[in-house]
Amino acid sequence: MIYLCIMAGAEKTNGGSCCASESASASAGCRCPQNEVSGYINTKAGLIAKTSAQLYRNDYWGEIKSRLSAFRNNYAVVAGLYAVGEPSEDSDVFVSANYKLSFDKLRSALAGISAWILVLDTKGVNVWCAAGKGTFSTEELIKKISETNIDLVVRHKKLIVPQLGAVGISAYKVLKATGFRVLFGPVYAADIVAYVNNGYKATAQMRTIRFNITDRLVLTPMEMLPILKWYPVYAAAVLIFFGVHGTGIVFRDAFYGGAPFLFFGLVSVFAGAFMTPVLLPFIPFRAFSLKGWMVGLMAVFLAIQSFSALPVSLKVFVYLFFPAVSSFAALQFTGSTTFTGMSGVKKELKYAVFAYVIIGVASLISLIIYKSGVL
Amino acid sequence: MKYLAGVSTLQLDSGRCTGCGMCAEVCPHGVFAIADAMASITDKDKCMECGACENNCAFGAIRVASGVGCASAIINGMITGGEPTCGCGPNDSACC
Repeated sequence: MIYLCIMAGAEKTNGGSCCASESASASAGCRCPQNEVSGYINTKAGLIAKTSAQLYRNDYWGEIKSRLSAFRNNYAVVAGLYAVGEPSEDSDVFVSANYKLSFDKLRSALAGISAWILVLDTKGVNVWCAAGKGTFSTEELIKKISETNIDLVVRHKKLIVPQLGAVGISAYKVLKATGFRVLFGPVYAADIVAYVNNGYKATAQMRTIRFNITDRLVLTPMEMLPILKWYPVYAAAVLIFFGVHGTGIVFRDAFYGGAPFLFFGLVSVFAGAFMTPVLLPFIPFRAFSLKGWMVGLMAVFLAIQSFSALPVSLKVFVYLFFPAVSSFAALQFTGSTTFTGMSGVKKELKYAVFAYVIIGVASLISLIIYKSGVL
Repeated sequence: MKYLAGVSTLQLDSGRCTGCGMCAEVCPHGVFAIADAMASITDKDKCMECGACENNCAFGAIRVASGVGCASAIINGMITGGEPTCGCGPNDSACC
């Protein structure tokens, strides 16, 4: 096992005695390349790990898990140089991140092609995020070019970097430092074969990032789950609020009074973190906080119909508080889209945070009024 | 899909531009057009301030304030009074 790790890039992904044993490889943060490595190929720079363009059940299962949970935070491959097919000294070199999902997308797109994959150490983060965070960077590429002795492996001086990596990689600086010419390939790995066949020219369509309904849908579980982590705290607060009276704790009240609010909580998160992202282009307004607020308001309106007996003060609370929760949840989605920029989010937040504070105070007042028994 | 209008900080200095076309190549939203050995901005509101163009302009003709575009990072920045940050350094594994 140690041998495998050394050959595939001589690097541990996340500390610890990586790959020293099966049990260590199963622990978080250490992922041995045995699933990806299918053999070795002899080059002037030594043995290079071979990987296949074929994905297996484990790879697909890994993708599903990384879409549904924090599993994605430790889904890494060992950085270094890999071979796909039977590459020669003239084969293309494709640069990728060591997030296993990025690596899998690239190698499966290379089916039928013999090529080299140069995996940068991005701490298990995808190309675009890593480029923004500074790990998929000019410095890291220069470092990996020298560490892997890639100038011995190939005769040409050409590296193909995914276009979104341009945020972190400066082609002219890499050329100056290493003599390697960086070509920015298409945004999507699926277009690579077409790009190569087109004489290393990407069409305008290959250069443009999309954000269709499927792209948005796969992101929604990880929009909802981080917020729902707080749900037990919220539920406890609701039960305490309705159960605790001046005369003592009444469990029946806690449940019957609290149940609609437990439901509204789920509805508002669903509206903001699921419905808003999925229906994004069809919801009026450009500001995400307004989009989320509107969807939340409609969802709350529908949800409250089953609880028409609520006192006025609680109705006011429901219409104030829950659409704001949806709004806040929707605002988080700005971090996941392919088209929102920092200046826009800053501008939106200036108004939104102010509104949340006002709404928070007003909600609190409505609860106090309810508890005092006036309305 | 477009986000808020009139907020992008993207700036092109045509005095320094050589029309090499690199900005148009790296932009994921087709913001730049090249004509007569000169780049121009076609629709600034499409810009998401990712910074790929500035990073790859060898002539220093492009300026854009790029940074983490997620709300939680910016709220973090508001609270700490510093730059927007995910609360994690380059050595952390999570993309947060």
